[in-house]
Amino acid sequence: MNRVSILVFHPLMHKSRVNQKLALAVDGMEGVSTRFMYDIYPDFYIDVKKEQEVLLESDTIVWQHPFYWYSSPSLLKEWIDLVLEHGFAYGRKGRALEGKQIMSTISTGGRREAYLSDEDGKFSVRQLLAPFEQTTTLCRMNYLSPFVTHGTHLLDENGIGEAASGYAKVIGALRDGLYSTEELRKHEYINDLIL
Amino acid sequence: MHQQDFFQNAIIYLLAAVISVPVAKRLGFGSVLGYLLAGMIIGPFVLGLIGSEGEDVMNFAEFGVVMMLFLIGLELKPNLLWEMRKSIFGLGGLQLVISAVLIGTIAVVLGQTVGAGVAIGLTLGLSSTAIVLQTLNEKGLMKQASGQASFSVLLFQDISVVPILALIPLLASSAFSAGTASHEDIRYIGELEITGWVQVAMMLVVISGIVVVGLYLVKYVFRIIARTGLREIFTATALLLVIATAMLMDLVGLSPALGAFLSGIVLANNEYRHELEADVEPFKGLLLGLFFISVGASINFGLLISSPGLIVILLFSLIAVKFMVLFILGRFFGLRGGQNTLFAFALAQGGEFAFVLVAFSLNNGVIDAGVSSILLLVVALSMAVTPLLLLLNDKLILPLAFRSEYIREHDVIDQNGHPVIIAGFGRFGVGMGRFLIANGIKATILDDNPDNIEVLRKFGFKVYYGDATRADLLASAGAGEAKVLVVAVDDKHQSLKIVDLAKRNYPHLKILVRSTDLDHTYELLDRKVDGIKRDTFESSLRLGTEVLTHLGYNSYRAHRLAGTFRQHNRKVIHELYRHHGEDEKKYLSEAKKFASELEELLQAENEDSSHEQDCSWDVSSRREEIQQINRSSPKGSN
Repeated sequence: MNRVSILVFHPLMHKSRVNQKLALAVDGMEGVSTRFMYDIYPDFYIDVKKEQEVLLESDTIVWQHPFYWYSSPSLLKEWIDLVLEHGFAYGRKGRALEGKQIMSTISTGGRREAYLSDEDGKFSVRQLLAPFEQTTTLCRMNYLSPFVTHGTHLLDENGIGEAASGYAKVIGALRDGLYSTEELRKHEYINDLIL
Repeated sequence: MHQQDFFQNAIIYLLAAVISVPVAKRLGFGSVLGYLLAGMIIGPFVLGLIGSEGEDVMNFAEFGVVMMLFLIGLELKPNLLWEMRKSIFGLGGLQLVISAVLIGTIAVVLGQTVGAGVAIGLTLGLSSTAIVLQTLNEKGLMKQASGQASFSVLLFQDISVVPILALIPLLASSAFSAGTASHEDIRYIGELEITGWVQVAMMLVVISGIVVVGLYLVKYVFRIIARTGLREIFTATALLLVIATAMLMDLVGLSPALGAFLSGIVLANNEYRHELEADVEPFKGLLLGLFFISVGASINFGLLISSPGLIVILLFSLIAVKFMVLFILGRFFGLRGGQNTLFAFALAQGGEFAFVLVAFSLNNGVIDAGVSSILLLVVALSMAVTPLLLLLNDKLILPLAFRSEYIREHDVIDQNGHPVIIAGFGRFGVGMGRFLIANGIKATILDDNPDNIEVLRKFGFKVYYGDATRADLLASAGAGEAKVLVVAVDDKHQSLKIVDLAKRNYPHLKILVRSTDLDHTYELLDRKVDGIKRDTFESSLRLGTEVLTHLGYNSYRAHRLAGTFRQHNRKVIHELYRHHGEDEKKYLSEAKKFASELEELLQAENEDSSHEQDCSWDVSSRREEIQQINRSSPKGSN
């Protein structure tokens, strides 16, 4: 069984419709730890040592966040900047994260069609996630296909509930190792493989 | 009374209460039934430990009802009372009139004269303020719909005792049995009217006197008293206030309970309200207990044994008639389901005023001695079964009939309660209080410095005078309903006392505490409070940060260094806490203590070179590595 660590980055959790439901769907699952990072570090003062310990104790790491300006809320950037230290996560001696799986869980107001990269000046979600993918690749981690919830503004309660139960299914599959890493990386979205 | 008799009686009453009330409570019956049982047991018909002096005790103990109404008045804002006018006069008025008519009719059918019927109807139409309010309070139901409705009815009954007392002499059997009133009677009525006008004028003078004194004078008196710092004098003043109002009202022919209630309302917005409540509360409790014991002792078991059938039938009919009237009226006034059955059961007994009115009717020749003793017995028994009826309602009727609603009702939390209580509102508490108030969070503030209170109230804060180390004061500040208690007093011992008290009595409260030194922090860690903040740490760290910027550090770096230090300090404190204990520091003087605390902290500073937090932002290690790679493979083009 894989130990799964979900790091939720949402600065306004009490107003979140989608991220809250997604997090609740996986919070408390056996073998899964869900941490609400804005609650832990309200002053942005990240405990680097502590975070590194969490990473060492996990096999699969999930960054869950809304897709603010085609990227993440600022605390995740701060977290990446500080926790993925040279000599720990990368560099010649930095092999602590080697071989671990990492996945982005993002929610976005735009529908999937809005991210079709063939239109002028548009990029796909995967293209926009490139900094995260490349960062983790430098850390010798396996960046999995992301779990993406599109069109969040148009989702009703049922739609959100569906997304949440799909998410729980994905996390369960990652925990139980139902798919090989190659399979998990093959699709544009992990939704396409498992759901 | 001889001194020895006094002690002996005191021991009998107190012992009876101390034994029976906890037993009754443990069995789930509530304190009222415990007191009543105690009274029955020590009364003339079982153990005979107390005899006829029980009646004197009852008269004295009725003062407990006066105090209770004073306390209720304190909790009731005048505008709230105004909102309740419909239920007081509508619900209360109809209840008394309809019950009196039905009960009176039954009495006449059973062979009483019309005059006696009216007197009996009005007497038995009244319910027991003492039993109902005490029981509902104990169950925490006063702020629910049923509690409010019960209160309205009781208030109306209290008001109507005065006219009933005036009416009873007119009901003497001669006036009605003759069919027409004689000249003598008419002249008597005329006289009553004349003295009546004078009396009404006196009543108005006294009432407005109470209002004016209460609103404008009392607070200055209390301020002066509070400054003396002598708590017993404050208590004495509070008692003086209640007793004096009661006596004044009695003098002009109004019910003392009503007077106390009025002065309570007048003082409801007073800054010393919580302290007053805390002072009067224990007296009220003891006197009410005494009152219930004497009611229990007064139950005439001889009469019950000689004609059990009659008494039981009368008791049952009394409760049935009152219950039905209350139940139907309750529905009309918007009480639903479980609230309505609770309301009807709660008020279905005879009240303490019956003891007065029955005696008065007997003296005026309206009823005869035989009827009077039956009435007294039925009323006492009906009071005694009330807690049982409520228990029945609680355990059987509600769960069966109104299950879903019953569960939901318990979520209704007092809408007046503030979620936060701040104990100590000096230099430290003020900043935090302002922050909370700025964010629309209501806090009840307790402080024992009268000068602070005056200033703060001027700026619209809700501040109450009082020493938060007292359990009763915490209770009246709403600790039962609050979510968070902030202990921000500057005295360490006082602070720990409050924490212990709150931990013991209100396990649901989150307790956040201002700590004044390392020892204090240790003590608080021992007590596992929910949050501890050293009162000077943050501001000195901030000032330290400014020192760094003035030395040329850029502000963000200084800010981050402060963050590192804050985190590091937390670890140090917990480390020191693990090692502290049976060291000799306890025996040192305050000054030495400070020095050794400083030494401990500085020592820890040297030993633990804290983990450098921000090294990721520093690229020097990466540069080094890349330069190294370049050196070992000169062709590399990185």
